[in-house]
Amino acid sequence: MKDIFKGNLVRLSAMDSEEVGKAFSSLGRDSELMRLMDTGPTRLHSAKATTKFLEKIIEDDSPANHFFSIRALDDNRLLGDINIDVINNWGSRDSFVGIGIYKREDWGKGYGTEAMKLILQFGFIELNLRRITLTVFEYNPRAIRSYEKCGFQVEGRMRGRIIKDNKRWDVLLMGILRDEWKELNQ
Amino acid sequence: MLDIQTQLFEATDIRFGPIDHETHPEIESKWTHDAEFMRLLDLKPARPLSPAMVKKQYEAVEKEVEEDKNLFYFTIRAREDDRLIGKAILEWIDWTNGNGFLRLGIGAVEDRRKGYGSQALSLLLRYAFNELNLYRVTAVVPAYNEGAMRLFQKFGFMEEIRRRQALNRDGQIWDLVSFGLLNTEWREQNNGRG
Amino acid sequence: MKDIYRGSLVRLANDSPEIMAKAFVKWDRDTEQHRLADSDPAMLFSEKKIKDFIEKRAGKNPQAFPFSIRTLADDKLIGGVSLWVNSWTHADTWVGISIGEREYWGKGYGTDAMRLIVQYGFIELNLRRVSLGLHAYNERALKSYEKVGFKMEGRMRGEGLRDGVRFDSLWMGILREEWLAQQEAK
Repeated sequence: MKDIFKGNLVRLSAMDSEEVGKAFSSLGRDSELMRLMDTGPTRLHSAKATTKFLEKIIEDDSPANHFFSIRALDDNRLLGDINIDVINNWGSRDSFVGIGIYKREDWGKGYGTEAMKLILQFGFIELNLRRITLTVFEYNPRAIRSYEKCGFQVEGRMRGRIIKDNKRWDVLLMGILRDEWKELNQ
Repeated sequence: MLDIQTQLFEATDIRFGPIDHETHPEIESKWTHDAEFMRLLDLKPARPLSPAMVKKQYEAVEKEVEEDKNLFYFTIRAREDDRLIGKAILEWIDWTNGNGFLRLGIGAVEDRRKGYGSQALSLLLRYAFNELNLYRVTAVVPAYNEGAMRLFQKFGFMEEIRRRQALNRDGQIWDLVSFGLLNTEWREQNNGRG
Repeated sequence: MKDIYRGSLVRLANDSPEIMAKAFVKWDRDTEQHRLADSDPAMLFSEKKIKDFIEKRAGKNPQAFPFSIRTLADDKLIGGVSLWVNSWTHADTWVGISIGEREYWGKGYGTDAMRLIVQYGFIELNLRRVSLGLHAYNERALKSYEKVGFKMEGRMRGEGLRDGVRFDSLWMGILREEWLAQQEAK
Protein backbone atom coordinates (compact mmCIF):
# COMPACT_ATOMS: atom_id res chain seq x y z
CA MET A 1 0.00 0.00 0.00
CA LYS A 2 1.67 3.20 -1.03
CA ASP A 3 1.55 6.43 0.88
CA ILE A 4 -0.66 8.33 -1.52
CA PHE A 5 -0.50 11.59 0.38
CA LYS A 6 3.16 12.32 -0.39
CA GLY A 7 4.72 13.55 -3.61
CA ASN A 8 8.24 14.82 -4.29
CA LEU A 9 7.63 18.51 -3.67
CA VAL A 10 4.41 18.59 -1.69
CA ARG A 11 2.24 16.52 0.58
CA LEU A 12 -1.51 16.53 1.23
CA SER A 13 -2.57 17.08 4.81
CA ALA A 14 -5.70 17.70 6.87
CA MET A 15 -7.18 21.17 6.74
CA ASP A 16 -6.96 23.22 9.89
CA SER A 17 -9.86 25.64 9.52
CA GLU A 18 -8.31 28.32 11.73
CA GLU A 19 -5.00 28.25 9.93
CA VAL A 20 -6.64 28.41 6.51
CA GLY A 21 -9.08 31.09 7.65
CA LYS A 22 -6.19 33.29 8.71
CA ALA A 23 -4.27 32.64 5.48
CA PHE A 24 -7.31 33.39 3.36
CA SER A 25 -8.15 36.69 4.90
CA SER A 26 -4.76 38.11 4.01
CA LEU A 27 -4.86 36.44 0.60
CA GLY A 28 -8.19 37.97 -0.18
CA ARG A 29 -6.33 41.22 -0.64
CA ASP A 30 -4.57 39.71 -3.63
CA SER A 31 -7.39 40.23 -6.08
CA GLU A 32 -5.59 38.46 -8.90
CA LEU A 33 -5.69 35.24 -6.87
CA MET A 34 -9.36 35.71 -6.12
CA ARG A 35 -10.24 36.38 -9.75
CA LEU A 36 -8.44 33.20 -10.77
CA MET A 37 -10.27 31.08 -8.25
CA ASP A 38 -13.78 32.34 -8.03
CA THR A 39 -16.60 33.08 -10.44
CA GLY A 40 -18.34 35.49 -8.09
CA PRO A 41 -17.22 39.05 -7.45
CA THR A 42 -14.12 39.14 -5.25
CA ARG A 43 -14.79 40.11 -1.69
CA LEU A 44 -12.82 40.61 1.48
CA HIS A 45 -13.79 37.90 4.00
CA SER A 46 -12.73 38.01 7.63
CA ALA A 47 -10.61 35.18 8.99
CA LYS A 48 -13.49 34.26 11.31
CA ALA A 49 -16.04 33.95 8.50
CA THR A 50 -13.74 31.77 6.41
CA THR A 51 -12.93 29.59 9.42
CA LYS A 52 -16.64 29.11 10.19
CA PHE A 53 -17.34 28.22 6.57
CA LEU A 54 -14.58 25.61 6.53
CA GLU A 55 -15.54 24.22 9.93
CA LYS A 56 -19.03 23.49 8.64
CA ILE A 57 -17.63 21.57 5.66
CA ILE A 58 -15.30 19.61 7.93
CA GLU A 59 -18.18 18.83 10.35
CA ASP A 60 -20.31 17.44 7.54
CA ASP A 61 -17.64 14.81 7.05
CA SER A 62 -19.36 13.51 3.96
CA PRO A 63 -17.66 10.52 2.29
CA ALA A 64 -18.27 12.24 -1.02
CA ASN A 65 -16.20 15.34 -0.22
CA HIS A 66 -12.45 15.25 0.37
CA PHE A 67 -10.41 18.38 0.94
CA PHE A 68 -6.76 18.73 1.80
CA SER A 69 -4.23 21.39 2.59
CA ILE A 70 -1.15 21.37 0.34
CA ARG A 71 2.14 21.66 2.22
CA ALA A 72 5.74 21.95 1.02
CA LEU A 73 7.66 18.77 1.83
CA ASP A 74 10.84 20.57 2.85
CA ASP A 75 9.56 23.08 5.40
CA ASN A 76 5.89 22.04 5.85
CA ARG A 77 4.76 25.49 4.73
CA LEU A 78 1.06 25.86 3.87
CA LEU A 79 0.95 26.37 0.09
CA GLY A 80 -2.73 26.08 -0.78
CA ASP A 81 -5.63 23.66 -0.83
CA ILE A 82 -7.20 21.09 -3.10
CA ASN A 83 -10.51 19.26 -2.97
CA ILE A 84 -12.37 16.52 -4.81
CA ASP A 85 -16.14 16.10 -4.69
CA VAL A 86 -17.93 13.02 -5.95
CA ILE A 87 -20.87 14.06 -8.09
CA ASN A 88 -24.40 12.82 -7.86
CA ASN A 89 -24.30 10.15 -5.21
CA TRP A 90 -21.53 8.06 -6.80
CA GLY A 91 -23.73 6.68 -9.57
CA SER A 92 -21.55 7.68 -12.48
CA ARG A 93 -18.29 7.76 -10.51
CA ASP A 94 -17.46 11.25 -11.69
CA SER A 95 -16.10 14.09 -9.59
CA PHE A 96 -15.09 17.72 -9.58
CA VAL A 97 -11.67 18.93 -8.43
CA GLY A 98 -10.67 22.40 -7.40
CA ILE A 99 -7.23 23.72 -6.45
CA GLY A 100 -5.69 26.97 -5.30
CA ILE A 101 -2.07 27.91 -4.57
CA TYR A 102 -2.25 30.88 -2.26
CA LYS A 103 0.80 33.09 -2.76
CA ARG A 104 2.02 34.40 -6.11
CA GLU A 105 5.63 33.64 -5.08
CA ASP A 106 4.57 29.98 -5.13
CA TRP A 107 3.00 30.06 -8.58
CA GLY A 108 4.76 28.49 -11.55
CA LYS A 109 6.97 26.23 -9.38
CA GLY A 110 5.23 22.92 -10.00
CA TYR A 111 3.48 22.76 -6.64
CA GLY A 112 0.01 22.90 -8.15
CA THR A 113 0.79 20.34 -10.85
CA GLU A 114 2.14 17.88 -8.30
CA ALA A 115 -0.79 18.37 -5.93
CA MET A 116 -3.16 17.79 -8.84
CA LYS A 117 -1.28 14.57 -9.74
CA LEU A 118 -1.67 13.38 -6.13
CA ILE A 119 -5.39 14.09 -6.15
CA LEU A 120 -5.84 12.26 -9.47
CA GLN A 121 -4.12 9.24 -7.93
CA PHE A 122 -6.37 9.55 -4.88
CA GLY A 123 -9.49 9.81 -7.03
CA PHE A 124 -8.62 6.85 -9.25
CA ILE A 125 -7.09 4.35 -6.82
CA GLU A 126 -8.60 5.27 -3.45
CA LEU A 127 -12.05 6.47 -4.46
CA ASN A 128 -12.14 4.22 -7.54
CA LEU A 129 -13.70 6.90 -9.73
CA ARG A 130 -14.08 6.60 -13.50
CA ARG A 131 -13.53 10.22 -14.43
CA ILE A 132 -12.47 13.53 -12.96
CA THR A 133 -13.71 16.92 -14.15
CA LEU A 134 -12.73 20.51 -13.59
CA THR A 135 -13.56 23.99 -14.79
CA VAL A 136 -10.98 26.69 -15.48
CA PHE A 137 -11.22 30.26 -16.70
CA GLU A 138 -9.81 30.98 -20.13
CA TYR A 139 -7.79 33.85 -18.65
CA ASN A 140 -5.81 31.39 -16.51
CA PRO A 141 -3.35 29.94 -19.05
CA ARG A 142 -0.91 28.80 -16.33
CA ALA A 143 -3.57 26.55 -14.82
CA ILE A 144 -4.69 25.22 -18.20
CA ARG A 145 -1.10 24.22 -19.01
CA SER A 146 -0.71 22.56 -15.62
CA TYR A 147 -3.89 20.53 -16.05
CA GLU A 148 -2.87 19.45 -19.54
CA LYS A 149 0.42 18.22 -18.08
CA CYS A 150 -1.60 16.07 -15.69
CA GLY A 151 -3.55 14.54 -18.56
CA PHE A 152 -6.73 16.59 -18.65
CA GLN A 153 -8.30 17.29 -22.03
CA VAL A 154 -10.58 20.19 -22.92
CA GLU A 155 -14.07 18.80 -23.36
CA GLY A 156 -16.12 21.92 -23.68
CA ARG A 157 -16.38 25.62 -23.36
CA MET A 158 -19.05 27.69 -21.66
CA ARG A 159 -18.92 30.71 -23.86
CA GLY A 160 -18.96 34.15 -22.25
CA ARG A 161 -19.75 32.69 -18.84
CA ILE A 162 -17.85 35.35 -16.87
CA ILE A 163 -17.70 39.10 -17.12
CA LYS A 164 -14.63 40.81 -15.77
CA ASP A 165 -13.20 44.19 -16.66
CA ASN A 166 -16.21 44.73 -18.86
CA LYS A 167 -15.32 41.83 -21.13
CA ARG A 168 -16.82 38.34 -21.53
CA TRP A 169 -14.63 35.32 -20.89
CA ASP A 170 -15.15 31.60 -21.46
CA VAL A 171 -15.01 28.88 -18.81
CA LEU A 172 -13.38 25.68 -20.04
CA LEU A 173 -14.52 22.25 -18.99
CA MET A 174 -11.74 19.68 -18.81
CA GLY A 175 -11.84 15.98 -17.99
CA ILE A 176 -9.68 12.91 -17.61
CA LEU A 177 -10.79 9.28 -17.78
CA ARG A 178 -9.50 6.45 -15.62
CA ASP A 179 -8.11 4.47 -18.55
CA GLU A 180 -6.27 7.50 -19.91
CA TRP A 181 -4.77 8.15 -16.48
CA LYS A 182 -3.71 4.52 -16.10
CA GLU A 183 -1.94 4.63 -19.43
CA LEU A 184 -0.13 7.86 -18.58
CA ASN A 185 1.03 6.39 -15.29
CA GLN A 186 2.11 2.99 -16.59
CA MET B 1 -11.48 -20.25 42.08
CA LEU B 2 -11.31 -16.88 40.41
CA ASP B 3 -7.86 -15.48 39.71
CA ILE B 4 -8.67 -11.85 40.40
CA GLN B 5 -5.00 -10.98 40.79
CA THR B 6 -4.32 -11.19 37.04
CA GLN B 7 -3.92 -7.68 35.69
CA LEU B 8 -6.33 -7.35 32.76
CA PHE B 9 -4.69 -4.27 31.29
CA GLU B 10 -0.98 -5.09 31.64
CA ALA B 11 1.26 -7.05 29.26
CA THR B 12 5.06 -7.35 29.08
CA ASP B 13 5.93 -4.28 26.98
CA ILE B 14 2.56 -2.64 26.56
CA ARG B 15 -0.51 -1.80 28.57
CA PHE B 16 -4.04 -0.67 27.81
CA GLY B 17 -4.96 2.86 28.83
CA PRO B 18 -7.74 5.44 28.43
CA ILE B 19 -7.76 8.21 25.83
CA ASP B 20 -5.64 11.21 26.77
CA HIS B 21 -7.46 14.14 25.19
CA GLU B 22 -4.49 16.47 25.68
CA THR B 23 -1.64 14.55 24.09
CA HIS B 24 -3.17 11.86 21.87
CA PRO B 25 -4.90 13.95 19.19
CA GLU B 26 -1.61 15.21 17.84
CA ILE B 27 -0.02 11.76 17.73
CA GLU B 28 -3.01 10.15 16.07
CA SER B 29 -3.24 13.06 13.62
CA LYS B 30 0.25 12.14 12.44
CA TRP B 31 -0.74 8.53 11.90
CA THR B 32 -3.69 9.56 9.77
CA HIS B 33 -1.31 11.39 7.46
CA ASP B 34 0.47 8.10 6.80
CA ALA B 35 -1.73 6.76 4.02
CA GLU B 36 -0.04 3.35 4.13
CA PHE B 37 -1.09 2.88 7.77
CA MET B 38 -4.62 4.13 7.14
CA ARG B 39 -5.11 1.87 4.13
CA LEU B 40 -4.02 -1.17 6.14
CA LEU B 41 -6.17 -0.31 9.14
CA ASP B 42 -9.37 0.93 7.57
CA LEU B 43 -11.53 0.11 4.58
CA LYS B 44 -12.81 3.65 4.11
CA PRO B 45 -10.84 5.97 1.82
CA ALA B 46 -7.79 7.33 3.65
CA ARG B 47 -8.37 10.79 5.05
CA PRO B 48 -5.80 12.86 6.94
CA LEU B 49 -7.21 14.39 10.15
CA SER B 50 -6.11 17.48 12.01
CA PRO B 51 -5.63 17.16 15.81
CA ALA B 52 -8.92 19.06 16.22
CA MET B 53 -10.73 16.48 14.06
CA VAL B 54 -9.16 13.61 16.04
CA LYS B 55 -10.30 15.26 19.27
CA LYS B 56 -13.86 15.37 17.93
CA GLN B 57 -13.64 11.70 17.05
CA TYR B 58 -12.49 10.84 20.57
CA GLU B 59 -15.48 12.71 21.96
CA ALA B 60 -17.81 10.76 19.67
CA VAL B 61 -16.18 7.49 20.78
CA GLU B 62 -16.65 8.26 24.46
CA LYS B 63 -20.25 9.27 23.82
CA GLU B 64 -20.92 6.00 22.02
CA VAL B 65 -19.20 3.98 24.76
CA GLU B 66 -21.49 5.54 27.31
CA GLU B 67 -24.76 5.56 25.36
CA ASP B 68 -24.72 2.43 23.23
CA LYS B 69 -22.88 0.26 25.74
CA ASN B 70 -21.58 -2.04 23.02
CA LEU B 71 -18.18 -0.48 22.38
CA PHE B 72 -14.94 -0.90 24.34
CA TYR B 73 -12.07 1.33 23.25
CA PHE B 74 -8.52 1.01 24.59
CA THR B 75 -5.39 2.97 23.75
CA ILE B 76 -2.23 0.90 23.62
CA ARG B 77 0.68 2.46 25.52
CA ALA B 78 4.34 1.54 25.79
CA ARG B 79 4.94 0.45 29.39
CA GLU B 80 8.30 2.20 29.72
CA ASP B 81 7.19 5.76 28.92
CA ASP B 82 3.42 5.45 28.52
CA ARG B 83 3.52 6.85 25.01
CA LEU B 84 0.63 6.12 22.66
CA ILE B 85 1.45 3.38 20.19
CA GLY B 86 -1.91 2.10 18.99
CA LYS B 87 -5.52 1.24 19.66
CA ALA B 88 -7.49 -1.92 20.51
CA ILE B 89 -11.24 -2.07 20.07
CA LEU B 90 -14.16 -4.40 20.77
CA GLU B 91 -17.27 -3.18 18.98
CA TRP B 92 -20.78 -4.03 17.73
CA ILE B 93 -21.21 -6.23 20.79
CA ASP B 94 -24.41 -8.23 20.43
CA TRP B 95 -25.13 -9.07 24.07
CA THR B 96 -28.10 -11.34 23.41
CA ASN B 97 -26.03 -13.68 21.30
CA GLY B 98 -22.66 -13.06 22.96
CA ASN B 99 -20.76 -11.82 19.89
CA GLY B 100 -18.32 -9.02 19.25
CA PHE B 101 -16.02 -7.65 16.56
CA LEU B 102 -12.44 -6.71 17.33
CA ARG B 103 -9.75 -4.69 15.63
CA LEU B 104 -6.40 -3.25 16.57
CA GLY B 105 -3.63 -1.26 15.00
CA ILE B 106 -0.12 -0.13 15.89
CA GLY B 107 0.28 3.44 14.64
CA ALA B 108 3.92 4.30 14.04
CA VAL B 109 6.13 2.29 11.69
CA GLU B 110 8.92 2.16 14.30
CA ASP B 111 6.62 0.36 16.71
CA ARG B 112 5.60 -2.43 14.37
CA ARG B 113 7.21 -5.88 14.12
CA LYS B 114 8.02 -5.79 17.84
CA GLY B 115 5.36 -8.16 19.07
CA TYR B 116 3.19 -5.39 20.46
CA GLY B 117 0.25 -6.45 18.30
CA SER B 118 0.37 -9.97 19.71
CA GLN B 119 0.51 -8.68 23.29
CA ALA B 120 -2.41 -6.34 22.64
CA LEU B 121 -4.47 -9.09 21.02
CA SER B 122 -3.85 -11.36 24.03
CA LEU B 123 -5.15 -8.69 26.41
CA LEU B 124 -8.13 -7.97 24.18
CA LEU B 125 -9.13 -11.63 23.91
CA ARG B 126 -8.86 -12.21 27.64
CA TYR B 127 -11.05 -9.15 28.19
CA ALA B 128 -13.61 -10.30 25.63
CA PHE B 129 -13.86 -13.85 26.98
CA ASN B 130 -13.25 -13.48 30.72
CA GLU B 131 -14.65 -10.04 31.44
CA LEU B 132 -17.37 -9.58 28.80
CA ASN B 133 -18.16 -13.30 28.67
CA LEU B 134 -18.58 -13.33 24.94
CA TYR B 135 -19.30 -16.61 23.15
CA ARG B 136 -17.21 -15.64 20.12
CA VAL B 137 -15.28 -12.79 18.52
CA THR B 138 -14.88 -11.87 14.87
CA ALA B 139 -12.07 -10.02 13.08
CA VAL B 140 -12.57 -8.67 9.57
CA VAL B 141 -9.36 -8.36 7.56
CA PRO B 142 -8.69 -7.22 3.99
CA ALA B 143 -6.72 -9.91 2.15
CA TYR B 144 -3.95 -7.39 1.35
CA ASN B 145 -3.13 -6.96 5.05
CA GLU B 146 -0.82 -9.96 5.32
CA GLY B 147 0.46 -8.97 8.78
CA ALA B 148 -3.03 -9.05 10.24
CA MET B 149 -3.92 -12.30 8.45
CA ARG B 150 -0.85 -13.96 9.98
CA LEU B 151 -1.56 -12.55 13.45
CA PHE B 152 -5.08 -13.95 13.62
CA GLN B 153 -4.01 -17.30 12.23
CA LYS B 154 -1.30 -17.45 14.90
CA PHE B 155 -3.93 -16.97 17.57
CA GLY B 156 -5.98 -19.86 16.30
CA PHE B 157 -8.74 -17.91 14.60
CA MET B 158 -10.57 -19.84 11.88
CA GLU B 159 -11.20 -18.28 8.48
CA GLU B 160 -15.00 -18.36 8.32
CA ILE B 161 -16.07 -16.10 5.48
CA ARG B 162 -14.37 -14.97 2.33
CA ARG B 163 -16.29 -12.17 0.66
CA ARG B 164 -14.98 -12.50 -2.86
CA GLN B 165 -13.67 -9.40 -4.62
CA ALA B 166 -15.26 -7.21 -1.99
CA LEU B 167 -12.53 -4.58 -2.01
CA ASN B 168 -11.26 -2.31 -4.75
CA ARG B 169 -8.06 -0.64 -3.74
CA ASP B 170 -4.83 0.51 -5.32
CA GLY B 171 -6.10 -0.51 -8.72
CA GLN B 172 -6.67 -4.13 -7.62
CA ILE B 173 -9.54 -6.27 -6.43
CA TRP B 174 -9.19 -8.11 -3.10
CA ASP B 175 -11.22 -10.45 -0.93
CA LEU B 176 -12.45 -9.44 2.52
CA VAL B 177 -11.84 -12.20 5.04
CA SER B 178 -13.73 -12.78 8.28
CA PHE B 179 -12.02 -14.75 11.09
CA GLY B 180 -13.74 -16.18 14.16
CA LEU B 181 -12.60 -17.50 17.54
CA LEU B 182 -14.87 -19.16 20.08
CA ASN B 183 -14.61 -18.75 23.82
CA THR B 184 -14.19 -22.52 24.21
CA GLU B 185 -11.35 -22.62 21.66
CA TRP B 186 -9.54 -19.75 23.34
CA ARG B 187 -9.94 -21.33 26.75
CA GLU B 188 -8.58 -24.63 25.46
CA GLN B 189 -5.56 -22.88 23.93
CA ASN B 190 -4.80 -21.35 27.31
CA ASN B 191 -5.27 -24.70 29.05
CA GLY B 192 -8.40 -23.64 30.83
CA ARG B 193 -6.49 -20.93 32.64
CA GLY B 194 -7.66 -18.08 30.44
CA MET C 1 -35.03 1.30 -20.75
CA LYS C 2 -37.12 -1.28 -18.92
CA ASP C 3 -39.22 -0.71 -15.80
CA ILE C 4 -36.83 -2.01 -13.19
CA TYR C 5 -39.35 -1.78 -10.36
CA ARG C 6 -41.69 -4.37 -11.84
CA GLY C 7 -41.17 -8.10 -11.53
CA SER C 8 -43.49 -10.97 -12.35
CA LEU C 9 -45.25 -11.25 -8.99
CA VAL C 10 -44.32 -8.06 -7.17
CA ARG C 11 -43.22 -4.51 -7.67
CA LEU C 12 -40.82 -2.41 -5.60
CA ALA C 13 -42.59 0.60 -4.13
CA ASN C 14 -42.06 3.42 -1.71
CA ASP C 15 -44.64 3.80 1.00
CA SER C 16 -44.97 6.57 3.55
CA PRO C 17 -43.47 6.08 7.00
CA GLU C 18 -47.06 6.01 8.39
CA ILE C 19 -48.11 3.11 6.21
CA MET C 20 -44.89 1.18 6.82
CA ALA C 21 -45.01 1.75 10.58
CA LYS C 22 -48.59 0.39 10.72
CA ALA C 23 -47.52 -2.65 8.72
CA PHE C 24 -44.48 -3.30 10.93
CA VAL C 25 -46.59 -3.16 14.10
CA LYS C 26 -48.75 -5.91 12.61
CA TRP C 27 -45.80 -8.00 11.40
CA ASP C 28 -43.84 -7.65 14.65
CA ARG C 29 -46.50 -9.73 16.39
CA ASP C 30 -45.42 -12.71 14.33
CA THR C 31 -42.28 -13.77 16.15
CA GLU C 32 -41.61 -16.62 13.73
CA GLN C 33 -41.26 -13.97 11.03
CA HIS C 34 -38.97 -11.94 13.27
CA ARG C 35 -36.79 -14.91 14.09
CA LEU C 36 -36.38 -15.70 10.41
CA ALA C 37 -35.47 -12.15 9.45
CA ASP C 38 -33.60 -10.69 12.41
CA SER C 39 -30.86 -11.40 14.94
CA ASP C 40 -31.85 -8.97 17.66
CA PRO C 41 -34.38 -9.87 20.34
CA ALA C 42 -38.02 -9.75 19.21
CA MET C 43 -39.58 -6.53 20.46
CA LEU C 44 -42.94 -4.76 20.21
CA PHE C 45 -42.31 -1.17 19.18
CA SER C 46 -45.03 1.47 19.10
CA GLU C 47 -46.21 2.74 15.73
CA LYS C 48 -44.85 6.15 16.65
CA LYS C 49 -41.42 4.80 17.48
CA ILE C 50 -41.22 2.87 14.22
CA LYS C 51 -42.39 5.88 12.21
CA ASP C 52 -39.76 8.09 13.88
CA PHE C 53 -37.10 5.51 13.17
CA ILE C 54 -38.04 5.26 9.48
CA GLU C 55 -38.12 9.03 9.07
CA LYS C 56 -34.81 9.54 10.85
CA ARG C 57 -33.13 6.88 8.78
CA ALA C 58 -34.52 8.18 5.49
CA GLY C 59 -33.15 11.67 5.94
CA LYS C 60 -29.87 10.73 7.48
CA ASN C 61 -28.45 7.97 5.46
CA PRO C 62 -27.81 8.50 1.76
CA GLN C 63 -26.41 4.99 1.59
CA ALA C 64 -29.69 3.19 2.39
CA PHE C 65 -32.15 2.35 -0.41
CA PRO C 66 -35.32 0.99 1.23
CA PHE C 67 -38.33 -0.28 -0.75
CA SER C 68 -41.67 -1.75 0.16
CA ILE C 69 -42.91 -4.86 -1.66
CA ARG C 70 -46.39 -4.88 -3.19
CA THR C 71 -48.10 -7.69 -5.10
CA LEU C 72 -48.85 -7.02 -8.75
CA ALA C 73 -52.17 -8.90 -8.56
CA ASP C 74 -53.91 -6.76 -5.91
CA ASP C 75 -51.30 -4.20 -4.83
CA LYS C 76 -51.06 -5.69 -1.35
CA LEU C 77 -48.18 -4.55 0.87
CA ILE C 78 -46.43 -7.76 1.90
CA GLY C 79 -42.96 -6.78 3.10
CA GLY C 80 -39.84 -4.68 2.63
CA VAL C 81 -36.44 -4.99 1.00
CA SER C 82 -33.45 -2.66 1.27
CA LEU C 83 -29.94 -2.12 0.09
CA TRP C 84 -27.37 -0.65 2.48
CA VAL C 85 -24.38 0.38 0.44
CA ASN C 86 -21.45 -0.68 2.57
CA SER C 87 -18.97 1.37 0.65
CA TRP C 88 -19.25 3.31 -2.57
CA THR C 89 -15.51 3.16 -3.15
CA HIS C 90 -15.55 -0.62 -2.97
CA ALA C 91 -18.98 -0.74 -4.64
CA ASP C 92 -20.33 -3.44 -2.35
CA THR C 93 -23.80 -3.46 -0.76
CA TRP C 94 -25.78 -5.41 1.86
CA VAL C 95 -29.30 -6.51 1.08
CA GLY C 96 -32.01 -7.41 3.57
CA ILE C 97 -35.53 -8.66 2.93
CA SER C 98 -38.53 -9.61 5.02
CA ILE C 99 -41.94 -10.81 3.95
CA GLY C 100 -44.30 -9.84 6.75
CA GLU C 101 -47.45 -11.53 5.39
CA ARG C 102 -46.95 -15.24 5.98
CA GLU C 103 -49.49 -16.37 3.34
CA TYR C 104 -46.92 -15.15 0.84
CA TRP C 105 -44.04 -17.31 2.11
CA GLY C 106 -42.71 -20.06 -0.12
CA LYS C 107 -44.59 -18.86 -3.22
CA GLY C 108 -41.86 -17.00 -5.06
CA TYR C 109 -42.74 -13.48 -3.95
CA GLY C 110 -39.57 -13.00 -1.93
CA THR C 111 -37.42 -14.43 -4.72
CA ASP C 112 -39.02 -12.06 -7.21
CA ALA C 113 -38.40 -9.06 -4.94
CA MET C 114 -34.80 -10.15 -4.35
CA ARG C 115 -34.24 -10.42 -8.12
CA LEU C 116 -35.52 -6.87 -8.55
CA ILE C 117 -33.36 -5.38 -5.83
CA VAL C 118 -30.23 -7.17 -7.05
CA GLN C 119 -30.92 -5.84 -10.55
CA TYR C 120 -31.31 -2.36 -9.09
CA GLY C 121 -27.97 -2.62 -7.34
CA PHE C 122 -26.16 -3.73 -10.48
CA ILE C 123 -27.72 -1.65 -13.23
CA GLU C 124 -28.90 1.43 -11.42
CA LEU C 125 -26.28 1.84 -8.69
CA ASN C 126 -23.51 0.26 -10.78
CA LEU C 127 -22.21 -1.77 -7.85
CA ARG C 128 -19.78 -4.67 -8.14
CA ARG C 129 -21.28 -7.11 -5.63
CA VAL C 130 -24.22 -7.71 -3.31
CA SER C 131 -23.80 -9.44 0.06
CA LEU C 132 -26.20 -10.94 2.56
CA GLY C 133 -26.37 -13.00 5.74
CA LEU C 134 -29.02 -15.43 6.97
CA HIS C 135 -29.60 -17.77 9.86
CA ALA C 136 -28.53 -21.33 9.06
CA TYR C 137 -32.01 -22.59 10.02
CA ASN C 138 -33.73 -20.41 7.39
CA GLU C 139 -33.83 -23.06 4.65
CA ARG C 140 -36.53 -21.32 2.65
CA ALA C 141 -34.38 -18.17 2.35
CA LEU C 142 -31.28 -20.18 1.43
CA LYS C 143 -33.11 -21.85 -1.47
CA SER C 144 -34.50 -18.52 -2.61
CA TYR C 145 -31.13 -16.76 -2.58
CA GLU C 146 -29.48 -19.64 -4.45
CA LYS C 147 -32.17 -19.32 -7.12
CA VAL C 148 -31.32 -15.65 -7.51
CA GLY C 149 -27.66 -16.55 -7.98
CA PHE C 150 -26.01 -15.89 -4.62
CA LYS C 151 -23.04 -18.12 -3.82
CA MET C 152 -22.08 -19.40 -0.38
CA GLU C 153 -19.09 -17.56 1.03
CA GLY C 154 -18.92 -18.66 4.64
CA ARG C 155 -20.42 -19.63 7.94
CA MET C 156 -20.07 -17.80 11.26
CA ARG C 157 -20.08 -20.43 13.95
CA GLY C 158 -22.54 -19.97 16.78
CA GLU C 159 -23.54 -16.47 15.85
CA GLY C 160 -26.99 -16.88 17.38
CA LEU C 161 -28.57 -18.33 20.49
CA ARG C 162 -32.31 -18.94 20.73
CA ASP C 163 -34.31 -21.25 22.91
CA GLY C 164 -31.05 -22.38 24.42
CA VAL C 165 -29.79 -23.61 21.06
CA ARG C 166 -26.67 -22.25 19.31
CA PHE C 167 -26.95 -21.79 15.55
CA ASP C 168 -24.69 -20.53 12.78
CA SER C 169 -25.19 -17.72 10.31
CA LEU C 170 -24.48 -18.20 6.60
CA TRP C 171 -23.02 -15.55 4.35
CA MET C 172 -23.53 -15.26 0.62
CA GLY C 173 -22.51 -12.96 -2.19
CA ILE C 174 -23.15 -12.36 -5.87
CA LEU C 175 -20.70 -10.66 -8.20
CA ARG C 176 -21.59 -8.38 -11.04
CA GLU C 177 -19.95 -10.65 -13.65
CA GLU C 178 -21.86 -13.67 -12.35
CA TRP C 179 -25.12 -11.76 -12.50
CA LEU C 180 -24.45 -10.42 -16.01
CA ALA C 181 -23.59 -13.92 -17.22
CA GLN C 182 -26.88 -15.16 -15.78
CA GLN C 183 -28.78 -12.43 -17.63
CA GLU C 184 -26.99 -13.35 -20.88
CA ALA C 185 -27.99 -16.98 -20.44
CA LYS C 186 -31.62 -15.88 -20.18
